[in-house]
Amino acid sequence: MNWFSKLVPPKIKSLIKTDVPDNLWVKCESCEQMIFHKDLETNLFTCKYCNYHFRMPVKDRFNSIFDHKTYHLLTPPTVKIDPLNFKDTKKYVDRLKSAKASSGAEEAISSAIGTIGSCQTVVSVMNFDFIGGSMGTFIGEEIISAIECAIKNKTPYIIFTASGGARMQEGILSLMQMPRTAMYVNKLKKEGLPYIVVHTNPTTGGVSASFGMLGDIHIAEPNCLICFAGPRVIKGTIKQELPEGFQKAEYLKDHGMVDLVIHRKDIKMYLEKILKILKSK
Amino acid sequence: MVVLDFEESIFELEAKIKDLKSLDSSDIKLTDEIRKLELKLARISDDVYSHLTPWNKLQMARHPERPQSMDYIGEIITDFIPLAGDRLFGDDQAIVAGIGLLNGKGVAIVGHQKGREPQEKVKHNFGMPNPEGYRKAMRIMDMAARLHLPIITLIDTVGAFPGIEAEQRGQAEAIAKCLETGFNYNVPVISVVIGEGGSGGAIAIGVANTVMMLEYSVYSVISPEGCASILWKDVSFTKDAAEALRITAPDLLKLGVIDRIIKEPKGGAHKNYKEAASLLKTAIIEELSKLSKVSDYISHREQRFLRIGR
Repeated sequence: MNWFSKLVPPKIKSLIKTDVPDNLWVKCESCEQMIFHKDLETNLFTCKYCNYHFRMPVKDRFNSIFDHKTYHLLTPPTVKIDPLNFKDTKKYVDRLKSAKASSGAEEAISSAIGTIGSCQTVVSVMNFDFIGGSMGTFIGEEIISAIECAIKNKTPYIIFTASGGARMQEGILSLMQMPRTAMYVNKLKKEGLPYIVVHTNPTTGGVSASFGMLGDIHIAEPNCLICFAGPRVIKGTIKQELPEGFQKAEYLKDHGMVDLVIHRKDIKMYLEKILKILKSK
Repeated sequence: MVVLDFEESIFELEAKIKDLKSLDSSDIKLTDEIRKLELKLARISDDVYSHLTPWNKLQMARHPERPQSMDYIGEIITDFIPLAGDRLFGDDQAIVAGIGLLNGKGVAIVGHQKGREPQEKVKHNFGMPNPEGYRKAMRIMDMAARLHLPIITLIDTVGAFPGIEAEQRGQAEAIAKCLETGFNYNVPVISVVIGEGGSGGAIAIGVANTVMMLEYSVYSVISPEGCASILWKDVSFTKDAAEALRITAPDLLKLGVIDRIIKEPKGGAHKNYKEAASLLKTAIIEELSKLSKVSDYISHREQRFLRIGR
């Protein structure tokens, strides 16, 4: 809490509209250097000192990928809200409400169509800030309609993954999004259209074990966690220390699961090159 | 014999009846008493088994004496030929596979195997597959589809193995590929959850035209223990999680995730392997016969999964 929020009562504070972020300076989670917020944005949310990759807002991601920051958002799917009527310490509907309020997003994924190096492409971006990017019916349906859009327009499909796994609050219906999304990736491939996965931190569980690991090409951001079972679960099961760099992007590349580990600022350039090659035949 | 907490009254009564029977049977009063107790037993066990909570069903699904894939294969498949290995790395015995005759017709079978005795459990890695297990499943299913054999999968796992080597060899990729290729086989595929349907490790071999569950099996996105520790931040809420997650066969039938529930012998499949297997066999044969009318098994399977949750 800064001095401003301490001095001004919350009700009045909400009346004062401001575009200046609460914290102008951000401490790098890795090297602990202080970074000016504007600098962080200009550097696509990476640390200019140590290249640490922060989480990138969905809108900035689309802007960083599409030509001239121009794209058309796809209509989000309509799904049954809270199909299990789930309640743990909190009602699932309330969790959804607060996730919407705090993230400003409708759900944990958005999709858009636009051009990347003049090549028309459908892109989905997952949002870890929305209940850990967890996959429920919404994500499943969104990926299905994004791939349908790619097939209809005969474009490649690219997804930026970020997820803690399945949305437990939707129980078995979350699990069913694994075969459902894998089935649509399969349809896309049968149409002879390219499928590229860009892994961002973290890509785990039911997401990595379905559409997350089915790309024709896998690109990962440096040092991001990519795994099926998380390090804590594995440590708890085998009661052993984990190897250095275990389940990080570079480790996955060494073990043949990822093609390229690329700094965020170069991802657009690589995507342009790849799409151009795949188009030139 | 393993007695679950909710079955104690039943087992006590059974023991009492057995004791009385071992006494002189010419005693009229005793015979009368036995008959009374038997009626009481029937009433109590009907009551207990018709009011099982999700947690009780999970206990049944995990029952150490519950029949496993190889028990069912032994009962329902003749001339079973076990097949091994993924042709890439090794033979993961957490998944058993093979070909054989079901009702005189060739089928391919793939199933999780937990093992029962301590040594056997280690051999089968407690039914938790490594990537090579899923790659073996894929190899056999691909072969079956090419040779026009229907595929039967039996699901019974707590989940895919969370280990260093499993991750190194691409556990996520293996499961993902299994799901994707599951939509490539133009033959009837039938999956049956026979015990625990544990998350990604289960669904990997669950892409089928018809999915069934045994009466006391469970199918879940996460173990109730795992769910309780993450959402409630306290494992003592496991029973609440088991309730909230909707993991029982009737729940999944209602949600449109499964197509049919297969009855189990009274008190669970472990009480009578032969009867359990015969009920399973009948259901599979009936469902295969229904599927024989389908012309395109791939699109049938796609439509089935597309409908879920809509």
